[in-house]
Amino acid sequence: MNIIEVSKLSKKFGDLLAVDDVSFGVEEGEVFGFLGPNGAGKTTTINMLCTLLLPTGGKATVNGFDVVKQRAKVRESIGLVFQDSTLDEYLTAEQNLKFHAYAYKIAKTEREQRMNELLELVELSERRKSKVSTFSGGMKRRLELARGLLHSPKVLFLDEPTQGLDPQNRRHIWDHIHNLRRKNNLTIFLTTHYMDEAENCDRITIIDHGRIIAMDTPDKLKDSVGGDQVRLKAEDNIKAAEELRTKYGISAAIDNDEVTFNIAQGNSFYQN
Amino acid sequence: MSDIFRGVWVVAYRELLRFIQERSRLFSSFAMPLIFLVIFGAGFGETIGAMVPGVNYLQFMYPGIIAMTVVMGAIMSGISVVWDREFGFLKEILVSPLGRSGIMLGKSVGAATISVIQVTVMLILAPILNISLSILMILQLLLVVFIISVSISGLGLLVAARMKSQQGFQLVTQIIIMPLIFLAGVFFPVNNVPLWMEFISKINPLTYGVDAIRQIFLGSEAAAALSVSIFGHTMSVLEDVLVVVVFGGILMLIAIWSFSRQE
Repeated sequence: MNIIEVSKLSKKFGDLLAVDDVSFGVEEGEVFGFLGPNGAGKTTTINMLCTLLLPTGGKATVNGFDVVKQRAKVRESIGLVFQDSTLDEYLTAEQNLKFHAYAYKIAKTEREQRMNELLELVELSERRKSKVSTFSGGMKRRLELARGLLHSPKVLFLDEPTQGLDPQNRRHIWDHIHNLRRKNNLTIFLTTHYMDEAENCDRITIIDHGRIIAMDTPDKLKDSVGGDQVRLKAEDNIKAAEELRTKYGISAAIDNDEVTFNIAQGNSFYQN
Repeated sequence: MSDIFRGVWVVAYRELLRFIQERSRLFSSFAMPLIFLVIFGAGFGETIGAMVPGVNYLQFMYPGIIAMTVVMGAIMSGISVVWDREFGFLKEILVSPLGRSGIMLGKSVGAATISVIQVTVMLILAPILNISLSILMILQLLLVVFIISVSISGLGLLVAARMKSQQGFQLVTQIIIMPLIFLAGVFFPVNNVPLWMEFISKINPLTYGVDAIRQIFLGSEAAAALSVSIFGHTMSVLEDVLVVVVFGGILMLIAIWSFSRQE
């Protein structure tokens, strides 16, 4: 059975159909990516799955529990890292984790052990007594990752986990996510609008205007939507674009001083 | 049910933790009432003289200021919800298995506990003002403070249940809550004021909270002349507390309902 099962899920805000008749399933242990532009319905879908929003139509279960009728059970089964920080910045890292442990009824011995483990894993052990307000953006995100996992959830939801972070921190966060996943046989459901990040997923769903428009493995998706985008700088961009059209039949665009075009296999084209 | 209790104590525990750690809030919570007491006391004390035989203006105002601190603290429980919403922490609480009613009651109990601490510290002033204290009186006072605070936080939480910004909350505080506090008999007895004012004061539930706390301090003899009387009947401490609890309880239920239904 799938750990997340969504069938014909919809959400209406007044006249706006934010999520429109969406159905999909996520297998246990999978890294499942939700990709799409801002406002496509990614966050709305996550919010419905984690019981923060009531669906206006359809049905969804997480870990076998209905997101409308068995909210408390769903909440115990999931961990979350949101787009914006949800830490209490006036408390220390440790106090934030402790609050979480109390809220999720984690026994004391287990609490201390998990806290040490997770702080070690996200490399924040030395800062556990520091107030969160003194943390950098990357550190806060790492602390949120640790907190989201404290109660050993079955599914970890990551809503734009690397939003607003520099490339180095983004890679760092991803290393942690892969690490965590290996250790915990965790199912990860994430949203992103970075294409390169989506490649970390086992399967990707592309959503736009509240509707699913594609769902497959990253490789297959890339092949099906015109493969790679090639960008190049030539001495004379206009001439280069002209040459591409006449020689290879490729329609290239010029923007930002670069010639860009799409091609199925960027690598093999390059070798020509 | 156990989820609700856990919610209450976890949320209240955090409120306390933050109160203790934020030095500025700790300081201002004591400084404000002191400033009121000193300035108003010095300003009006001489002019007004004795309120009734044996009770001077400072002795009259001191319990009022304590009551004001309790009411403000209770309203702060609402600010705390709006604050958490604005800074994101509310989401962390909302996706946890803690029930919605436990969260609201936790905010309320947290604020009430803080009020009890503040009032205990403010008791240091009583001997300076020649107000005699007894252990029994202090116990009665702290119990009443706790009950009143939990009840009146219903008002703050109702305002906060759907409020998105602190500015919005502050606006409501300024145009509704501050006038209610001023009309609650903190600075003057509500029995000999213009009729329209007396009417508003007597339908203002905060008046009864102030009255209960003042009666505990000044004893029942002074109460006869200074306390709230409705159609010739002088309210007792118990009746006062009952009025506040019923009013607060209803608001709290609406607040929890409104908070649970929001998206």
